[in-house]
Amino acid sequence: MSFLEIINSCKPAEVLRQIEAKTLTDVDRALAQERLQPDDLMALLSPAAEQRLEQLAQQAHRITRQRFGKTVLLYAPIYLSNECSNGCLYCGFNATNKTARKTLNLDEIEREARVLHEQGFRHILLVTGEAPGKFGDDQLEAAVQRIKPLFSSVAIEVYPMSEAGYRRMVAAGVDGLTIYQETYNRTLYEQIHPYGKKRNYDFRLLTPERGGAAGLRRIGIGFLQGLGNFRSEAFFTGLHALYLSKHFWRSLISISFPRMRPAEGAFPPPNPVSDRHLVQLICTMRLLVHDAGLVMSTRESATLRDHLLPLGITQMSAGSCTAPGGYSSEDQSTQQFAIDDDRSPAEICAMLSSRGYDPVWKDWDRAFLSREAR
Amino acid sequence: MQLVINGQSREVSAESLAELLVELQLDTSHVAVELNQAIVESSQFATTALNENDRLEVIQFVGGG
Amino acid sequence: MDQLIISGRSFNSRLMVGTGKFSSNQAMVASMEASGCEIVTVALRRVDIDNPADSMLAHIDRNRYLLLPNTSGARDAEEAVRLARLSRAAGCEPWVKLEVTPDPYYLLPDPIETLKAAEILVKEGFIVLPYINADPVLAKHLQEAGTATVMPLGAPIGTNKGVRTREQIAIIIEQAIVPVVVDAGLGAPSHAAEAMEMGADAVLVNTALAVARDPGAMGAAFRKGVEAGREAYLAGLGEQRQQAEASSPLTGFLRD
Repeated sequence: MSFLEIINSCKPAEVLRQIEAKTLTDVDRALAQERLQPDDLMALLSPAAEQRLEQLAQQAHRITRQRFGKTVLLYAPIYLSNECSNGCLYCGFNATNKTARKTLNLDEIEREARVLHEQGFRHILLVTGEAPGKFGDDQLEAAVQRIKPLFSSVAIEVYPMSEAGYRRMVAAGVDGLTIYQETYNRTLYEQIHPYGKKRNYDFRLLTPERGGAAGLRRIGIGFLQGLGNFRSEAFFTGLHALYLSKHFWRSLISISFPRMRPAEGAFPPPNPVSDRHLVQLICTMRLLVHDAGLVMSTRESATLRDHLLPLGITQMSAGSCTAPGGYSSEDQSTQQFAIDDDRSPAEICAMLSSRGYDPVWKDWDRAFLSREAR
Repeated sequence: MQLVINGQSREVSAESLAELLVELQLDTSHVAVELNQAIVESSQFATTALNENDRLEVIQFVGGG
Repeated sequence: MDQLIISGRSFNSRLMVGTGKFSSNQAMVASMEASGCEIVTVALRRVDIDNPADSMLAHIDRNRYLLLPNTSGARDAEEAVRLARLSRAAGCEPWVKLEVTPDPYYLLPDPIETLKAAEILVKEGFIVLPYINADPVLAKHLQEAGTATVMPLGAPIGTNKGVRTREQIAIIIEQAIVPVVVDAGLGAPSHAAEAMEMGADAVLVNTALAVARDPGAMGAAFRKGVEAGREAYLAGLGEQRQQAEASSPLTGFLRD
């Protein structure tokens, strides 16, 4: 059974109703469980759970400390191209936005990569839009092969690929995939993706499974906070994480928490998520999947990111640019969204160390893979 | 004819597997048979002929956890 | 109705019964009937040609109980596969409890040979229920190979020690995509209830029934233990976790 069948059997309105109906007793019982069932997940996402936020946080802290010690993995995104043929209403790369479009050539990609390498990064995330004619599998494969020697881990956050495409990426040296469903609510999904290949809900939903089947070791998911109701979206994200953990048991699942930011074309979030609710989300996900990576990007402010650390964040980006070529040049006009935490990697490291955390630059090594193409 | 059944030499008059099981007083619906190291389907017992010096393993179900 | 579903087939009972070690066929049948079980395991052994015993199978109503032949006695994959094929040739449905136990002291299952045999038997169309130590990674490999369940032991066969492998079984249950049947070592109805409360899908009991003073009564007791454990699990158990000490406040930074 694929996750699609599970999602299709759930009614978002009914799920939300059940979550909102959970009582404080339900929450306390959930907090007392060693392992959460879906019912407990609902309880922890409920309005009632907000009264137990500190306990939720304490437990998330305890579990994270147990599983991850005091380590935080640092990574950086490289935007290879902001060409996009999709019409996602909320995104700065939306095809109708007047943003200047830029696609890096291999030399430019390498230049960006070297800047990050100099700063100490060994884990990177390659990002593109979805523009089949302008940047596709061939270009991505070439980019990976060019910069692979500089990094221990190369992940991709690009358009959904076929399983064969992912196998090709694995052979080229990619070990991670990040793909956000944006919203698990099918109706809303179709409203905010009026045209383009991204409009295909099912194909996107099954992307992590294709990636897992292709052998990707790291699979990252998440929903875009601000679109759908965060409680039901988090519930479905949690179910998705559980499903992927069970079916791709050799892969490490990570969950990201992208929260809508000012973007070109300013689309106001229908369901903005407060800091308090963000805390509830992060802690609940930690209690649900003890070993999942929880990822916090520079979308959020420095102060908030620092406070979120003890709650279970295990991967942070630092000194990020969301504009193609933005590391090597001053021009940020092509960025996807505005960065809020603009501290340099060195400043982030200093902050981490001062709080007793160990910044990890390299958590993996290609040399471990015996059958990798060289 | 002479057969080796479950490691023991035995003189029997049966000519088919089904006849042999009757001769040995075994319920055909509750045994499994290997003839010269090949498993014989129970549906084939009546039509499986025996030959001199055939080696048989006759297995039955017993209590087990 | 809360049914146990294995390989698409539904069962009302979550208690499987082993037929070994009973003092008589009558005791065995009494225990089976009182337990409410629908699946019973049996073993395969050479007939004693000089002394063909009363077939115990004659006492088991095949319309009422699903026969689950085990491959006990097999010391490696090849022997296990052979036993499975023999049981199928003998007219059984292609269900097999895969048991590969080269260690005659503790009868602990061989993980490597079990996985090998499972892969072969699944390909041959068997519905494979593998008996294993409570090894979560082995359980994942077997599920990937297509087994219909996994059957981790609670404690070594016959020891009646209960769910000694609790932590690993909890992980197996958490990670499973097939039913988990706790098999071996369950000595009392409370052990069976404990396994069910943890979220196991079923249990298999043999020795505790066979060596009881009154196997029939013990069968009835185990039935209740399994049902109680399952109902408690479905009803939502409370406090499981040990309380830990709190660190300094973590959410004070949030302002309403």
